[in-house]
Amino acid sequence: MTEIRYLAPGTLEDAVGAFAAAQAAAAGSARILAGGTDLLVQMRAGVVRPGTIIDIKKIEEMTAITEQPDGGFVIGAAVSGATLHDHPRFGQVWPGVLEAINLIGSKQVQGRASPGGNLCNASPAGDSVPAMIAAGAVVTIQGPNGRRTLPVEKVPAGPGRTTLQPGEILVSFTLPPRPKGSSDAYLRMIPRTEMDIAVVGCGVSLTLAGGTVTAARVGLGAVAPVPLLVEDAAKALIGSKLEESALEAAAAACRAACNPINDKRGTIAYRTKVAGVLLKRVTAVAAERAGRS
Amino acid sequence: MARIHVTTTINGEPMEFLCEPQQSLLDALRNNLGLTGTKEGCGTGDCGACSITFDGRLTCSCLVLAVEAEGHEIGTIEGMAQGETLHPLQRKFLEMAALQCGICTPGVLIAARALLEKNPDPTETEVRFGLAGNLCRCTGYDKIVRAVMETAAEMRETAS
Amino acid sequence: MNVITPAENKWIGTRTVRPDGADKVTGRAAYAADTTMPGMIWGKVLRSPHAHAVIKSIDTSKAEALPGVKAMVTAKDIVDFPTDKSVMLGIQDMRWMCRNVMAREKALFHGHPIAAVAATTEEIAAEACRLIDVQYEVLPHAIEIEDAIKPDAPILHPFLQHEGKPSNIAGTMVAKLGDIEQGFAEAEVVIERTFRTRPVHQGYIEPHACTVSYAADGRATIWSSSQGQFMVRAMTSLLTGVPQSNIRAIPAEIGGGFGAKTIIYLEPLALLLSKKSGRPVKMVMSRDEVMRATGPTSGSLSTVKIGAKKDGTIVAAQGTFYLQAGCLPGSPIRGPVGCSFAPYAIPHVLSVGYDVVCNRSKVAAYRAPGAPIGAYATECVLDELAEKLGIDPLELRHRNSAKTGMKAAYGATFNQVTFEETIEAIQNHEHYKTPLEKNPRPGIKRGRGVASGFWYNAGGESSAQVNLTEDGNVVVITGHPDVGGSRASIANVTAELLGVEHDRVSVIIGDTASIGFSNLTGGSRVTFASAMVVTQSVEKVIGQLKERAAKIWKIDPEAVIYENGACRPAGPNAGQFPPLALKDLAAKANETGGPIGAGVQLNTQGADPGFATHVVDVEVDVDLGIVRVLRYTAAQDVGRALHPSYVEGQIQGGVVQGIGWALSEEYLYDKQGRLDNANFLDYRMPVCSDVPMIEAVVLEIPNPRHPQGVKGVGEAPIVPPLAAIANAVHDALGRRFYSLPMSPPKVTEVMDLPLAAE
Ligand SMILES: Cc1cc2nc3c(=O)[nH]c(=O)nc-3n(C[C@H](O)[C@H](O)[C@H](O)COP(=O)(O)OP(=O)(O)OC[C@H]3O[C@@H](n4cnc5c(N)ncnc54)[C@H](O)[C@@H]3O)c2cc1C
Ligand code: FES
Ligand code: FES
Repeated sequence: MTEIRYLAPGTLEDAVGAFAAAQAAAAGSARILAGGTDLLVQMRAGVVRPGTIIDIKKIEEMTAITEQPDGGFVIGAAVSGATLHDHPRFGQVWPGVLEAINLIGSKQVQGRASPGGNLCNASPAGDSVPAMIAAGAVVTIQGPNGRRTLPVEKVPAGPGRTTLQPGEILVSFTLPPRPKGSSDAYLRMIPRTEMDIAVVGCGVSLTLAGGTVTAARVGLGAVAPVPLLVEDAAKALIGSKLEESALEAAAAACRAACNPINDKRGTIAYRTKVAGVLLKRVTAVAAERAGRS
Repeated sequence: MARIHVTTTINGEPMEFLCEPQQSLLDALRNNLGLTGTKEGCGTGDCGACSITFDGRLTCSCLVLAVEAEGHEIGTIEGMAQGETLHPLQRKFLEMAALQCGICTPGVLIAARALLEKNPDPTETEVRFGLAGNLCRCTGYDKIVRAVMETAAEMRETAS
Repeated sequence: MNVITPAENKWIGTRTVRPDGADKVTGRAAYAADTTMPGMIWGKVLRSPHAHAVIKSIDTSKAEALPGVKAMVTAKDIVDFPTDKSVMLGIQDMRWMCRNVMAREKALFHGHPIAAVAATTEEIAAEACRLIDVQYEVLPHAIEIEDAIKPDAPILHPFLQHEGKPSNIAGTMVAKLGDIEQGFAEAEVVIERTFRTRPVHQGYIEPHACTVSYAADGRATIWSSSQGQFMVRAMTSLLTGVPQSNIRAIPAEIGGGFGAKTIIYLEPLALLLSKKSGRPVKMVMSRDEVMRATGPTSGSLSTVKIGAKKDGTIVAAQGTFYLQAGCLPGSPIRGPVGCSFAPYAIPHVLSVGYDVVCNRSKVAAYRAPGAPIGAYATECVLDELAEKLGIDPLELRHRNSAKTGMKAAYGATFNQVTFEETIEAIQNHEHYKTPLEKNPRPGIKRGRGVASGFWYNAGGESSAQVNLTEDGNVVVITGHPDVGGSRASIANVTAELLGVEHDRVSVIIGDTASIGFSNLTGGSRVTFASAMVVTQSVEKVIGQLKERAAKIWKIDPEAVIYENGACRPAGPNAGQFPPLALKDLAAKANETGGPIGAGVQLNTQGADPGFATHVVDVEVDVDLGIVRVLRYTAAQDVGRALHPSYVEGQIQGGVVQGIGWALSEEYLYDKQGRLDNANFLDYRMPVCSDVPMIEAVVLEIPNPRHPQGVKGVGEAPIVPPLAAIANAVHDALGRRFYSLPMSPPKVTEVMDLPLAAE
């Protein structure tokens, strides 16, 4: 039986060092532990059997939420959904990102689950990812060769795979400052009201000026091997006053972007249809919020 | 196998135990510490029977490694009553028959307490969503939701 | 015995705190997985990765060599019951049970036990399982009914024959009344529809678990949670060859069963592992194992045809019900065959059930086994019939209600039919009378549906012992595991009959060595049967109390009466004595003749069937196909509610299980026949936020053949919901759904079909 090591380094440098060393010794044998809500389930099922577990929650930068002087936010990758929920400001600025993160699992899961884990677990259905994509989040990554940044949509590489290199750890998400008239929203389709994995998830971020959309980003989840940035949908919205024709064009762009599979959670036809339905509903919520901001 | 020594606080009391690095906190509570009030319904975060508080936050103990308890405060069902005095939720659950088989009950009680600490005056919808992580197959939830709301009302009254 | 306890009571019918409550809210109650023993080791099961395969060889040598491994069990250690001769224990055939607990000739489903290992830790046991080398020859599999009954289907068992040919149809059952041909000839309107349901799991939160200690003298103790410690003893004995007298089965608190814990999975394996290793062995299933290898109930394919006159009189009903048995015979065809048409007075009935084996786990009982499947089909057809005839659907049911004294197609003659009362309760309910706004918002449609249901209910063997303590309190021992408050009801009955305060009564559940034989907790029989034996035991105790008082007073026992907790002289002629309370007599017990207590063992009779009628409002998000239940009201005749809270609880719990069955629960398999959703995230049971309050309308029409008037409660509530919800969805959308669950993709698919193509 394999001997497992548990490490809880206090600095990012130590974590990267240990992670890189363990990965070098045997590829795939080390795992980062954030909230553990994916990792522990996978370990129990025997899908992953790490030789080294590196708990990153003792590293300050990974668990901090910082509002930048310019109004942007930096969220540590290991911040739990519940902590983010309790932040006095974050939900006002990024209600869509917050609701996406807070849709992950139950209140119990919220106590642990992190946006970093959600992204790095690389499920096509991860709820926070489409909202982060819509928000234009940029991630900071640290590895043996130092730091780099990447748009969030460049991290997932396929189901269960990311573009992180051996030894690299996701450190934080940076969300840009919000111009006036901006807001975001996230909705997902699940059969139950709670405790389900998204059949389709859609995040929209909008900026409105005098009722006209001046900026928009659309993220779509669970309809392709990775969550998608749907630029055509955003294009259809930008410049419009969210008339039905613009919404329908954006919905059509979402449907066209879908490349789903038939699986236990949904059929291709259903997912494709729902992508369009959700786009319209999410856009309405985001626009309503933007009008108020 | 190299067992790890963990020093932690459980229900306000300092505790120490040895565990395997991959052991879940649920498993350690039940098998290493004999605290079998916390139940396992799934082991994968889906049922809430293993609910505990971790530094005051509601969590599934099956999704926490036992070693992570080092230096933290754990709250379990065994610590809910104060000596002979049941927590108001425990009392109401008995009075209002909010349990049938009772296997979900420890987890439901821990989750309900966490809910009322954050929201002393929840609506029915808030209670239902607040307890959505706790499966109960026996009761259809009706009496659970009523008991939580009734307790909340009673606690508000005694507080005021 | 034939006197019904009067309606005015101090304890019966009140909402007392249950005797086992405090332990359950403080985490002290010991469930199956909570027992430990000194020196205990852990058992684990190796399960088949294939849906259907010949087991060519099992090599355990590597596993046995692993340090820490203490014992190993395979099919050759289990008593073999040849397939050509049935050996029944209740409704279970040991030919099938011995092949279910451990694969014998073949692995018959993904998850079928192949071997079991005991080792010093769970991890070592799991590792040892991985080291067992099993050679399989994978065979084609059949899971869905259509696949199992088609002509070229892979045959699971060469020894099963149907119509003279090897077949996966393991058996049939027929219920008949009148002449079906003639019936349909008389009909003016005939509707025939075919329905499908998927297998659903009982979904108890407590996984199966047991600890077994086999001692050097050949005596074994089993701690496990089940719906019957006597079943555990008998079945373990049959499967291991250890005599029943050498097995003591101790019932742990049970964390839900709903029928599925009326059979065993782990106990014989743990006993054999304990015997071989000389150590106590604990086994606990994971949720994954529970989903793959225990329960569920059958998936089904049913065709129901009903013929009526234009005035709504039903003249003929025909049902054909194919039910999946799982890998070995024994699906609950008795449910749909017998229950579907039972509430109705129909002169011509033909109801046929087919028991179909297929490559998934052997089904286990689930609340009103099979009846919801039949009611789904029947009650949906009735809804269509009502629509076609322009008759209110409840009115149609009322007009055709069976009557007391009628004979049902399944053979029984009804002593008491209280179906009309349940219909009227809904007709007169504010819920049914309040119109539903059908188009509340764009994209949202609402609908209302009704349906009824029937369950046989049951009596059967029960034992009880009622003892007085020296300090004048009462201890009651029964033999039935308490799945949802039966101890609370028994405490109410005992306190009432003895005229003592409720908190002076303790009710405990005895193990197989401390109380007489008691049959399973199942079939809605426990409160009925145990209240009956407890009543008779209490009557004996009262008789003893009277004798003791008579002795003290030196009068004739006939001249003593017992009321309000004390013996009194029957009248002035009997003498002038101050009353002797139960407490006083208990204190004097030894001087007056010894301990006071009595036991009764009976095969209880006189259970009357249960009827239920439900109404439900649903809301459909049309674009997403999501159906939510807005409001639910369930009326049921329970005879007498000994403890109303637990009666309501049974109804509420049963309804929500029905909601899950109708809308979101299903077993899903991949192409290789492996279960694809063996967890609570993907097997979607309703969570708290999915459902509304469930209003239980508890009708109390006493059963004249029970001392307190009790009927069964637990099963009937799950019978109507599937059809009630389907009928409500039809009311909302104008489309009928012939297949469950009505999951979002299915709903949108039907909505996207042109109307004519329906
Ligand atoms: C009951 C239940 C319900 C759930 N419901 C949902 C849901 O509704 N929606 C949803 O999207 N998900 C859901 N999940 C999945 C899971 O909770 C989320 O994906 C969660 O965000 C994971 O975060 P974590 O911190 O727990 O990750 P962990 O389990 O700690 O990590 C996940 C993976 O990412 C890696 N990792 C974590 N952090 C980093 C990092 N900083 N750098 C590099 N690698 C890292 C880990 O090694 C691991 O492989 C659910 C899980 C459970 C148990
Ligand atoms: S056991 Fe932890 S959530 Fe089910
Ligand atoms: S009371 Fe049995 S699961 Fe909740």
